[in-house]
Amino acid sequence: MSLRQSFLMAIKNIMSSKVRSLLTMLGIIIGVAAVIVIVGLGNGMETYMTDSFKSMGTNLLTVTVLGRGSSRSVSVEDMYQLLDDNPEYLDALSPTVTYNGTVKIGSESLSSSVTGVSEDYLYMKAYEIDRGRDLSYIDMENRSKVCVVGSYISKEFFNGNPVGKEIKIGGNTFTVIGAMAEELESEEGSTDDCVYIPYTTAARLSNTGKISSYTFAVVSEETISESKAIIEEKLEKIFGSDSAFLVISLSEILDVMSQMIDIMVTVLAGIAAISLVVGGIGIMNIMLVSVTERTREIGIRKALGAKQRNIMSQFVIEAATTSALGGVIGIGMGYMFSEIATRVISVALEVEMKVIPTVGSVMLAFGISVGIGILFGYLPAKKAARLNPIDALRYE
Amino acid sequence: MIPLIEFRDLYKLYPMGDTVVHAVDGISMTIYEGEFVAIVGQSGSGKSTCMNIIGCLDVPTHGSYFLGGKDVSKMNDNRLAEIRNKMIGFIFQQYNLLAKLNVVENVEVPMLYAGVSKSERRKRALEVLSRVGLSDKIKNLPKQLSGGQQQRVSIARAMAGKPKLLLCDEPTGALDSRTGKEVLELLQEIHKEGNTVVLITHDNAIASKAQRIIRLEDGKIVYDGPAKGAPKQVSVEDGGEA
Repeated sequence: MSLRQSFLMAIKNIMSSKVRSLLTMLGIIIGVAAVIVIVGLGNGMETYMTDSFKSMGTNLLTVTVLGRGSSRSVSVEDMYQLLDDNPEYLDALSPTVTYNGTVKIGSESLSSSVTGVSEDYLYMKAYEIDRGRDLSYIDMENRSKVCVVGSYISKEFFNGNPVGKEIKIGGNTFTVIGAMAEELESEEGSTDDCVYIPYTTAARLSNTGKISSYTFAVVSEETISESKAIIEEKLEKIFGSDSAFLVISLSEILDVMSQMIDIMVTVLAGIAAISLVVGGIGIMNIMLVSVTERTREIGIRKALGAKQRNIMSQFVIEAATTSALGGVIGIGMGYMFSEIATRVISVALEVEMKVIPTVGSVMLAFGISVGIGILFGYLPAKKAARLNPIDALRYE
Repeated sequence: MIPLIEFRDLYKLYPMGDTVVHAVDGISMTIYEGEFVAIVGQSGSGKSTCMNIIGCLDVPTHGSYFLGGKDVSKMNDNRLAEIRNKMIGFIFQQYNLLAKLNVVENVEVPMLYAGVSKSERRKRALEVLSRVGLSDKIKNLPKQLSGGQQQRVSIARAMAGKPKLLLCDEPTGALDSRTGKEVLELLQEIHKEGNTVVLITHDNAIASKAQRIIRLEDGKIVYDGPAKGAPKQVSVEDGGEA
């Protein structure tokens, strides 16, 4: 008897008691769907994070100077010297000064972020200028009160043409010299809701006047670790300690976070996979009942010449088919729930995170469900195959 | 000529509590190809055990059983299954059709295990079904047929694999007398076509349709000879044995 016939027979038997078969599969369906959604969720999280980190620049190193007493400090010139000394590693530099002044356009107050940066910053971040011009070296020298605005401000308040208009930041009047191209969706609070001013201006306007944060762009992402080491070495020389500063690379953070997400997803998927085992036990239970119910059928088949392996394969294939069918339904459900989760996340959290089931997880889930069917179908099948045909034929 | 069935001093013993029951108590007999033999006996006479051993569903405790010249008394489960499949066509009292399969699929089952190809299976199944007069019912499920029709399906199933022996266990036991008679007539016809038929029954009237009668009592043969002239013994209805 061929595999195909056993398979068709199994399908026939499964179809002849639909409700029971569906209930039998339920554990597998839930398990497979859960694994797929969880892995999809992790996948989506990772993609979302990678994307948002990329938009922040994975080629960037952020240096935060914590300082060590008042005696030793690092100047902007020191940092530019570092850049000039290492052209093979470091590409560009911008001091960054976060300015906590409120942005006002006319009588309206905005919560836009205001950052003092160098003329290279937008280039480093790969931000595009849509209208007007970028900040320039002259603006730094003159501590000009000029600014470049993000597309949200440009579109929302100036109909996309803000160049030459004036905005107030912390009570000071700034002239808009440029507008950035849209990065995300020009929404409030997004990357597009921002104002960049010369770092010299920002430093003077802020209370402390100190510049304690720098961003380097590296020549190549591949040498980011080496670049980081160079900066750390220089700063350690200046401060005589490695605790006075922090050099952070986004790509390193991304790696660590990806790793953490992977671990989390693996653990969660493992928990979900427990449901697969429970589902397997459910299949075994029903198969045992089925063997008892079909004792007479087994007796007839054996009398007519079925060998032990014929009966065995019939029941194992039936269990595997039930389980595989559950797996297929589970995969369908997994995709459906992933779609639902994507929508729920975008509505509830206002985050465009897609829950994307991975092909690997789908294949794995299907493979495991077939495997579980075979594994848990084995015992009932063995019981069936060993039935004595005389006893089985007498069974009522 | 090699006998089709040969029992040589065959015993089947069952332990029951402290005693041992001799279900078959030293039987020797031979049945040749082309015979129509009825094995008759009352409940407890050992005829069912005999039929199980003849049908290779069971093996004897002592003694030898040669089927077509081969000693099958020591064979394992799988070898016996193969022998059953190739050599024996079973006809049961309760028909024993598979409820979920339709008529033609039921007839195909033994050939399925024999590894006959799909087209050949279907061809042969349709042939034997037309032989038993059920060509118009091939897509029906067993429960849609009358008892007589179901028994004819089971006869078709038994014949489909072209076995050496048709082994009938109370084939008319579940039928009314008229359909029972029809089924017996069909078996007689099949026998006349050259098939070997062994029929197990407790009913002398049915046994008398055979050529030869083997009467069992307490696991021993008490009569073995032509059906005509067999001692007329008052049949005691037992009804307890299936």
